[in-house]
Amino acid sequence: MSKNSLFIGLLCFAISSSWFSGANAASQRLILTGSSTVAPLVGEIARQYESMHPGVRIDVQTGGSSRGINDTRNGVADIGMVSRALKPTEKDLQAFAIALDGISMIVHANNPITALSKQQIADIFTGKIINWKTVGGVDARITVVNKAEGRSTLELFLQYFQLRNSQIKPHIIIGDNPQGIKTITGNPHAIGYVSIGAAEYETKRGAPIRLLALDGIDASIENLHTGVFPLSRPLNLVTAKIPRGLTQSFIIFARSQQVRPLVKAQYFVPVRVD
Amino acid sequence: MLEVITMDKWQSYRDRFIQLLIYCLVLLVSAVFVWILFDLIKGGWSHLSWEFLTQSPFDAGRSGGIGPILISTLLILLVALITALPLAWTTAALLAEYVPVTSQFGKTIRFSLQVLAGVPSIVFGLFGNAFFSIYLGLGFSILSGGLTLACMLLPILVSTAEAGLRAVPQSYRLSAAALGMSRTATLIQLLLPAAAPTLAAGLLLGIGRAVAETAALLFTSGYVDRMPDSLLDSGRALALHIFDLAMNVPGGDTPAYASALVLVVLLLCINILAMKLAYGLQRRRIMSL
Amino acid sequence: MLIDTLTRWLLRAGAIVSALVMLLILAFLLIESWPVLDQITPTRFFTDTSWHPMEGAYNLMPMLSGTLLASVGALLLAIPLGIASALFIVFYAPIYFALPYKRLIELLAGIPSVVFGFWGLTTLVPLINQLHPPGASLLAAILVLTLMILPTITLTAYAALNAVPKEYLHGAAALGLSRWGMIYGVVFPAARSGIVAGIILAAGRAIGETMAVLMVAGNVVQHPEGLFDPIRTLAANIALEMAYAMGDHRAVLFVSGLLLMLLVMLLSAMAGKMENNQYA
Repeated sequence: MSKNSLFIGLLCFAISSSWFSGANAASQRLILTGSSTVAPLVGEIARQYESMHPGVRIDVQTGGSSRGINDTRNGVADIGMVSRALKPTEKDLQAFAIALDGISMIVHANNPITALSKQQIADIFTGKIINWKTVGGVDARITVVNKAEGRSTLELFLQYFQLRNSQIKPHIIIGDNPQGIKTITGNPHAIGYVSIGAAEYETKRGAPIRLLALDGIDASIENLHTGVFPLSRPLNLVTAKIPRGLTQSFIIFARSQQVRPLVKAQYFVPVRVD
Repeated sequence: MLEVITMDKWQSYRDRFIQLLIYCLVLLVSAVFVWILFDLIKGGWSHLSWEFLTQSPFDAGRSGGIGPILISTLLILLVALITALPLAWTTAALLAEYVPVTSQFGKTIRFSLQVLAGVPSIVFGLFGNAFFSIYLGLGFSILSGGLTLACMLLPILVSTAEAGLRAVPQSYRLSAAALGMSRTATLIQLLLPAAAPTLAAGLLLGIGRAVAETAALLFTSGYVDRMPDSLLDSGRALALHIFDLAMNVPGGDTPAYASALVLVVLLLCINILAMKLAYGLQRRRIMSL
Repeated sequence: MLIDTLTRWLLRAGAIVSALVMLLILAFLLIESWPVLDQITPTRFFTDTSWHPMEGAYNLMPMLSGTLLASVGALLLAIPLGIASALFIVFYAPIYFALPYKRLIELLAGIPSVVFGFWGLTTLVPLINQLHPPGASLLAAILVLTLMILPTITLTAYAALNAVPKEYLHGAAALGLSRWGMIYGVVFPAARSGIVAGIILAAGRAIGETMAVLMVAGNVVQHPEGLFDPIRTLAANIALEMAYAMGDHRAVLFVSGLLLMLLVMLLSAMAGKMENNQYA
């Protein structure tokens, strides 16, 4: 009896103490979920914000744009991160752009290919071209790396190439951007597409990948900045209601001049906030 | 000469062949195991240091250490055990001491636990996400993860404890009854202490399983790799950290190897301790679960 | 006595809560998958053209076949290896090898799935890739799963072989049976139910394994045409898409969780029938 009551007492204690500590922490806590493209940037912004506002804790969870929207709608997250423009069905949400990003095709650095046309890419992804020789590369089978359903990078890719996901004949399916980059660094004959910011970030850290020019336009920050690169998208913070308090303060900070170095360090293009 | 008389030549060849085959297969299994261990040590040893164990991860885990991750793992484990142990041990005491093996009540509980034991961990993860994180509003937190793990650990904790209690000789109970001890007193003062080594072994096995768990925590305790402030904060477990480094971090292989080495060594220690404790009568039943 | 009555109720309450956990899990899986089960005729999970939830196509069959193929493949490899290992420990090993080898298998049982997956990703997948790209494939999944269920099969088979009464062995020896003759004719029939129960247990584990398979299988939803084709299993599908899923898509993932659970329930009920002791 005594042993059991002891345990149950402990249990109650554990749960109640966690409630209390949780209640304390929650008053100064901000939860962001969503796009894995936006998450590293917001993580850096959050770190800086925390250092300026002691007592505030900001948790950043990845999980894709759809989850960012979903979690914001049902209140699991205070702010959602979405790596695309809002769709007409999502107009109930407030969106605040914090940066611009593009999507680039990537191959292994040892792959001699430097550019592909829109048609060639579409053919590779739909399985019409299965050997690198066809597009002027070495004689090797192409490994097509596609994204899992629900990722906005996938949606944008499909939209741009006017494909349906069921037409794509992939060999490997990946989740987040870094996973795609990691897969391609490990496979010299693979091709995939990821966020330009993520790809540049990893290349500068020594990942052996190459960003391919698309229809003759280099996938670079400059071309994104000037708006020439065709596959671009805004990176948004979204909220369910008009932001107030901590949420508002954080969003204002994330769009301010102060975070520009952070945006650039992640190889995204800062947006002008008027 | 005796062999030639008692079995014909074909049988003797067949026996030799089968013996050879078994030796080869065993050699193969051992070789693969050594291969894995060698790979882990080769990949991670140079990265291991006191700083690695205590520092926070930086640059998505490429540099820095696993300090907060170890703390989160420990907290998740504590929540799971504090919740699961009282439930498991009361259930085991009831099954072993209070209801006959053949009773419908006992059978029902045992069946549901048996099913629970077979449920894949990803399904626990789904349930934990729907129930603890969203329905109870605990969000992505150490509490959600710990409670999900508690559900997962129940069957193994119950079955080891039940086996331990049943292994206590009947004479203990009879003597206690003869002395006029109440059944409660018998249970607490006599049977539980007598079964303590098995209870501890079961506990360690449960800990081992909890520490190794990834899929159930993916959608319950979350990904945040910082030092948790409270049980309602998200915390990344060690196994999840290895998964993240291996899948999502280009250049994350070395810290992943080092983390895997830490995890494997930790589990080896826990399991060896559990085996030592459970040595003897009950071991087979416990280890084969 | 009052305290005894109290204890009894307390214990009973604990046990009921333990048993309710299973019902709670089932209930929540059902609730979460209800939106889809309610609207979509279940046959669509078999007859839709493909698995493309964004396009409203919810065919679970390629993943079911992937799950079963990987599990069956792993069982085909792990059963002979496991039984050979158990035979080695009980009958064939020199005395100074039996115990160390058993320890080795027990330690193998303690290695977490994510470590197997990681090892498969960094070692096996590149090896297979050299053989036949892309490397992440059904074969890789089978090999990693084999390693994971081998200890389960070995240890349960060991327990079953060890439980064969010594008189049987003496009887067989007295009849002049050869060692294999004894094992095949006497030991296997006596230990059969235990070994089969262990295999069923291992099958359940293989079907439900998530992380290791997610890391090495390539995760393409398709009926594989060969060992080198990538596959996606039901469990890996949940882990891969759950974080991103909303609405019906999310509900279908709970349906596949439900399916997985039913599959495993069936297996564990079978194992329960096989198990010859009453309270395992």
